[in-house]
Amino acid sequence: MPTEQQNDGIVLTTLDPKKWVDLYADYLFRYAVVRVRNEDPARDLVQDTFLAGLKAMDRFQGKSSERTWLTGILKHKIIDLYRKESSGLDSRKQISSTELQQEDFFDSNDGHWKREHAPQEFVITTEDAFQHKEFGRILESCMKKLPALWASVFVMKHMDEEKTEVILAELKLTSSNFWVIIHRTKLNLRACLQKNWL
Amino acid sequence: MSTKKLVMNGLKKIAYNCKKATFLIEKKNLNGISIREQMELKLHLAGCTVCRLFQQQSLLIDRVIKGHFLGKDMEEPKLGEQFKKDMHQLIEQKLEEEN
Repeated sequence: MPTEQQNDGIVLTTLDPKKWVDLYADYLFRYAVVRVRNEDPARDLVQDTFLAGLKAMDRFQGKSSERTWLTGILKHKIIDLYRKESSGLDSRKQISSTELQQEDFFDSNDGHWKREHAPQEFVITTEDAFQHKEFGRILESCMKKLPALWASVFVMKHMDEEKTEVILAELKLTSSNFWVIIHRTKLNLRACLQKNWL
Repeated sequence: MSTKKLVMNGLKKIAYNCKKATFLIEKKNLNGISIREQMELKLHLAGCTVCRLFQQQSLLIDRVIKGHFLGKDMEEPKLGEQFKKDMHQLIEQKLEEEN
């Protein structure tokens, strides 16, 4: 990483955009793919991030690494995309259809698990790295089946450990909606895993 | 209805309601649970093996998600070489425009 020594001895990072693609493109792409669940929008996001980075170069203060700085730009772009997706008509429609599906997990009278949806043991030993990888791969494909808004909430909370208030503000959700989404997402992911795991 | 009866009814509700219990499990995982809710959940879990299993699996999912997606050694997927070349060219071009 290119650095520059200042008079007071603090080492500041300088930007070197000609190396960005080689050094960070794959990393940023993976970061985006996981969060937007598809390669096409992820590719666009990487490109937008580099272009936004070029425009904002004079505002870079050198206090973080290049990678951290670029990742921060990408993160904002991803949230913009979430916002767009979650305000779209489609995702509102998706919510109601998956909502109905979810009602099926429990008996509507007493709130008990319906027998066919009750969790069963997965055979997984938590120490086995290979199993973990396979498990992760299935989870990833299960996430693709979620409504966009649910996946966004889930990623922001579970992967990025964003504060709940931040998520509510960014995605314009009420706190009760937020918890309902968190709950339903997990019920759906778990059921999908059970169906696809061995 | 007396207060005692009300409380008993409330407790009875949670003791038999797996939908509510799994909701509280998720809240607890993310530190959003109140003390009262925590008590309700404890009561439910004491008598419900299915929800205890759900709780275990839910935590496993959280752990695997973090490990899987944040693993820095994740090698796939990669961007195509042509895309990278084009991207590199675009950056060079923009830099020249600036100067």
